Amino acid sequence: MAELNVDLVAADRKIWSGEAQMVSAPAADGEIGVLAGHSPLLSVLREGAVRIKATTGAPVEVQITGGFISVDSNMVTVVVDSVEAPASTR
Amino acid sequence: MAGSQRVYKQRIKSTQSLKKMFRAQELIAASRIGKARDRTAAASPYSRAITRAVSAVATHSSTPHPLTSERSDTNRVAVLVVASDRGMAGAYSASILREAERLIDQLRTEGKEVVLYASGRRAISYYQFRGRELAGSWSYGSDAPNDDVAGEIAETLLGSFLAPVSDGGVSELHIVHTQFVNMVTQRPRVVRMLPLEVVEGVAPTGKHDVLPLYEFEPSPEAVLDALLPRYVRSRIFACLLEAAASELAARQRAMHTATDNAEDLIRNYTRLANQARQADITQEISEIVSGADALAAS
Repeated sequence: MAELNVDLVAADRKIWSGEAQMVSAPAADGEIGVLAGHSPLLSVLREGAVRIKATTGAPVEVQITGGFISVDSNMVTVVVDSVEAPASTR
Repeated sequence: MAGSQRVYKQRIKSTQSLKKMFRAQELIAASRIGKARDRTAAASPYSRAITRAVSAVATHSSTPHPLTSERSDTNRVAVLVVASDRGMAGAYSASILREAERLIDQLRTEGKEVVLYASGRRAISYYQFRGRELAGSWSYGSDAPNDDVAGEIAETLLGSFLAPVSDGGVSELHIVHTQFVNMVTQRPRVVRMLPLEVVEGVAPTGKHDVLPLYEFEPSPEAVLDALLPRYVRSRIFACLLEAAASELAARQRAMHTATDNAEDLIRNYTRLANQARQADITQEISEIVSGADALAAS
């Protein structure tokens, strides 16, 4: 199965980057889950939790206050304003 | 005569301690430049992502946005001057302030009213001393700006750009900051931040030459609404980071020159002290000899 290339970035640093099977994020109209092969999407994010199910290693979950997500041919970029909980991986 | 020797010794001593200080400042600045550049590198994924997203929306929706359209209802323009908090950086702050004055003059001749914002204590005290009114000022440790400050600045400036005329709204925002060309050259630069000139020139990076057809959620307008303030904020943050790197580079160079200068002074004073000592000795000898001569003659 194809995998997602995920970048999770905050204003002053990259929080997480790597391959993942699934990303879920609190989009403006409700929680969305992104799997490989998702159509291109650009969405505003609300406050909530971003969960990344990494291919290897522990799943990552971070609390965000807002931001946006862009999905484009299995490249997922989650841009967040500020991270509330420390990311479980660097 | 022995007095002048002592004076030279004192000067040498004080110059030596100054030299130590200059050297320390130089080393501190040098070590911080690395960090400042790391920070710039760390912020670049965010600004890349946001630029890409903004250009994606801009190519899809042609809806005018308040942040991208020109305002013609007021002739007030905002100028943000980004200078340093501390001196000891050679001409860094002076050249920024000179550039700012030039811009202000130019705007005035165009018949615009300038609203000043300053960041960095050097700029703040410069304008306060001259009795100019500052609409806003920030001093935050200009050699290591963080994202919160950029957010605060962006919020204030966006607020005044979007405000109605009666609340002191402005029609343009210019930023005067220092461009980090390389370690030796830093150039003062004026950027017109608002209204935004999206987004040509920021071509999508990498292999995707054609931007895909995005699905926007909830709507292109809402996405643009959320994106543009972040875009401005990230641009301002980038300006602050670049200014910080420039400040540190300028400081390192200035302190290096000061150290060299102190060494020169020490060398000169040492020569003078030696000369004074020799003169003392010569005089003592001639006194003894002439004393002995006088005794022998009597």
